[in-house]
Amino acid sequence: MERRPIMKYLDEFRDPAASRKLLDEIRRQATRRWTLMEVCGGQTHSLLRHGIASALEEVVELIHGPGCPVCVTPLEAIDFAQKLALRGDVILASFGDMLRVPGSSRSLLDVKSVGGRVKAVYSPLDAVELARRHPQDEIVFFAVGFETTTPATALAVAQAAREGLENFSLLVAHVRVLPAMEALADSPDCRVQAFLAAGHVCAITGYEAYEPFVAKYRLPVAVTGFEPLDLLQGILACVRQLESGEARVENQYARGVRQEGNLPAQDMVREVYEIRDCPWRGFGVIPRGGLRLRDAWRYYDASVRFASARPLDIVEHPDCRSAEVLAGRIQPPECPAFGTNCTPDAPQGAPMVSSEGACAAYYRYRPAPAAS
Amino acid sequence: MSHEPQKSWELNCPVPLPVDGEHLTLAHGEGTRLTRKLIRDRIIPALGGGQLASMEDAARLSMPSKSLAMTTDSFVVSPLFFPGGDIGSLAVYGTVNDLAVSGARPLYLTLSFILEEGLPLALLERVLESISRAVEQTKVQIVAGDTKVVPRGAADGLFINTAGIGQLVEPVPPGPATLQEGDELIVSGPIGRHGIAVLCAREELALEPPPRSDSAPLARSAEVLRERLGTRLRAMRDATRGGVAAVLHEWAESCQATLRVHEAEIPVSPDVRGACELLGLDPLHVANEGTMVVAVAPGSTSDALEALRTTRAGKQASSLGKVVRRGIAPVTIVRALGTEQPLDDPRGAPLPRIC
Repeated sequence: MERRPIMKYLDEFRDPAASRKLLDEIRRQATRRWTLMEVCGGQTHSLLRHGIASALEEVVELIHGPGCPVCVTPLEAIDFAQKLALRGDVILASFGDMLRVPGSSRSLLDVKSVGGRVKAVYSPLDAVELARRHPQDEIVFFAVGFETTTPATALAVAQAAREGLENFSLLVAHVRVLPAMEALADSPDCRVQAFLAAGHVCAITGYEAYEPFVAKYRLPVAVTGFEPLDLLQGILACVRQLESGEARVENQYARGVRQEGNLPAQDMVREVYEIRDCPWRGFGVIPRGGLRLRDAWRYYDASVRFASARPLDIVEHPDCRSAEVLAGRIQPPECPAFGTNCTPDAPQGAPMVSSEGACAAYYRYRPAPAAS
Repeated sequence: MSHEPQKSWELNCPVPLPVDGEHLTLAHGEGTRLTRKLIRDRIIPALGGGQLASMEDAARLSMPSKSLAMTTDSFVVSPLFFPGGDIGSLAVYGTVNDLAVSGARPLYLTLSFILEEGLPLALLERVLESISRAVEQTKVQIVAGDTKVVPRGAADGLFINTAGIGQLVEPVPPGPATLQEGDELIVSGPIGRHGIAVLCAREELALEPPPRSDSAPLARSAEVLRERLGTRLRAMRDATRGGVAAVLHEWAESCQATLRVHEAEIPVSPDVRGACELLGLDPLHVANEGTMVVAVAPGSTSDALEALRTTRAGKQASSLGKVVRRGIAPVTIVRALGTEQPLDDPRGAPLPRIC
C-alpha cells in the first residue's frame, strides 16, 4: 500500500495571540452586525470548537451552511444501501460517518448489528481492494461527498474497470456545493450577506468557479481553511468587503487552493460522472445539485445493477427539523428536539450524527453559560 | 458445526484440522495428551515455571499483608501485534496497571488463553515470549493459567483473560470520590497513542512512521508518586478505553465537582495529532495503555511532575487542569482562545470521518 505522510499539525494557525489580534481587527472594522454563512460543516465545527462564533457574536452572525455531505444524502439512498447490505451477497462499504446516519428507521450500523454486511473504509480504493479480495461477493461503495471526495470515487471505479472487477459498483449520492449556494441565494428568505467557502472543495474546483456566482448575486465569498486563523482571516475579508460595499472572491486559503483548482482531478470526475438535478435531504431537488455515472459507466451503477431493490419515497421523522437547519433557516438549538429527543446517542436526523453535522457541532461545543 | 458440548456418543465428525505440529487444533484443547504437551512444552517453559510447573489445579499463595487488591481483565485486541506492543505484553501491563493505580504493589497474575483453532503455534510462542519479558520487567509471578481451544471462527485468533492480585501499600490514595475544589489534575504522558496505533495497524492506514502504542507498565510511576506525595496523592487511573475523557467523566460523577482541563496543556504527540485531525477523532477520547490521569492536593503539581519525570513512562508528564465547583457540566475544557466548553463523554467506538 502507498505510504501517506503524516499531516503536519498546523500550530501556527492556532496561535492564540494572532487569533486575538484578528478578533480585535474584525470588531474594529465592523460598524454593524453582518450575517455570514460558513458553507462547510468542518468550518462550523472549528468555529464552535475554538469559540470563534461566540467571541464575535456582537459583530458577526455565523450561519452554518449545507456542507455536510452525509447530512444531505437522501433517506431513500440510505434505505437502499441498507437493503443492499441485508441481501447477503453484497458487502456495502462506506465512510465511517455514513454508518451512523439514520435512514427512515435505522442506521447502517444498526443493520450491521443484525447481520447486514457493512464495512467502514477510509478510501474508495479500499473498497476496490475488498472487491479484489472477495471475488464471490458484490462490493457496493456508497459514494457520498462533495467535490472533495468525488475524484477519489471516480478513480476507484476507473481502477475497478481497468482490472475487470465485475463485482464492484458505486451507489452514487455525490452532491455539488455551488448549486446549493445558488439555491440559498435565490430563496426569498435568504439572510446571508457573505459566504465562507470551503477550502477543501475549492482545492479541487479552484476559486474561479465562484466568480460567476459573485457577479450574479453580489455577495462576497472568502475561501478559507479550517484552522482558527484561516477562518478569522476569511471573516475579516468578508467584513472588509461588506463595509466597503464590494463583492469579490478572496482566496484566504492560498496554501491549498489555486485559481483553476486541480485540473487532472476535474478531468477524472468529468470522465466518469455527469451533472444531474439531485434531491438533497432537507432541500428538495436542487437543479444541477448532484452527479450520476455517465452512460459509459452504467455497468458500475449499483442503482441499476440492483434496481429491483430500490425503495419507495420515504418521509422524514416528524420531530426532526433538519431541513430548516440544513438550509440555515434555524439554528440547531431552535429545534424542539435538539438535546432532548435528539442527541448524538439517539439522533433523529443526520446533522446530529456526522462529524460535520451542524446539530452535532452545536451539541458538542455549546458554550458553557457564565457560571452562576 | 455444532458448538454444543457432546451429549451422546453418536458419530459427530466435524473434520477437525489435522495435527501438523505448526497450527493449533481442537485436540490441543481437549484435556488430552496434546493439551498437556502444549502446556508442558511450550507455555510453562516460556513463562518460567515456578508455581505453574506443578500443573496443580490451584496455586498456593503466601500473602505479605492483610489488605489486598484484586482485578480481572480480558484482552481481545486486533491485530495481535501492533507498533509498540502486542496482546501478550498488553495483558500483563494492563493487569499490573489496574493494581498499581489502585495503590497496590502487583504480586500475582493468572492467565487464561482462549485460542482459535488453526492459530499458528509460532505466533502463540511469540505472544508467550512477550508475556515472559513483561512479567520479568514488572516483577510479578504468574501463578495459574488455563488454555482452551475453540473452533475456527469462534474467536479472533487469541484472547487472554487475566486476574491480578496486589498488596495494598499505605497510604492508599483515597480515590476519586474524595476529590475537592482546588485539587489538581495531571496526565503522565502524551495521550491517545494506543488507540491510534491499533487503529492505524488494523485498518492498514499506512502512516509513516506508524504511530506507536504507549503500552507500558505504570507500577514505577505510581510508586514514585506515592513516595513523593504521600497523602497528597488523591487518585490515579490508567486512561484505557474511552481515553482521558472517560476517566474525567467517571471521576466527576464520583466527586460531584467539575473537572476543568486546559486544551493548551494537554500533551499530544505530533503523529497522534496528525492522525486524529485526519480521522476526525479527539485524542481525549482515544485509548491509552501506559498513561494515567492523576489527581493531587492543591499546590502539589510541580512535585508530582518532578517525580513522574524520573520514570520512563512519565518523561512527558504534564499538568492537565483542576477540580472546581460543579458548574454547568461535569467536565469542561478551556480552548486556546479562552472559551470554556463542556467536554463530551466519549460515545461508542470512534468512526473515521468522510473528509
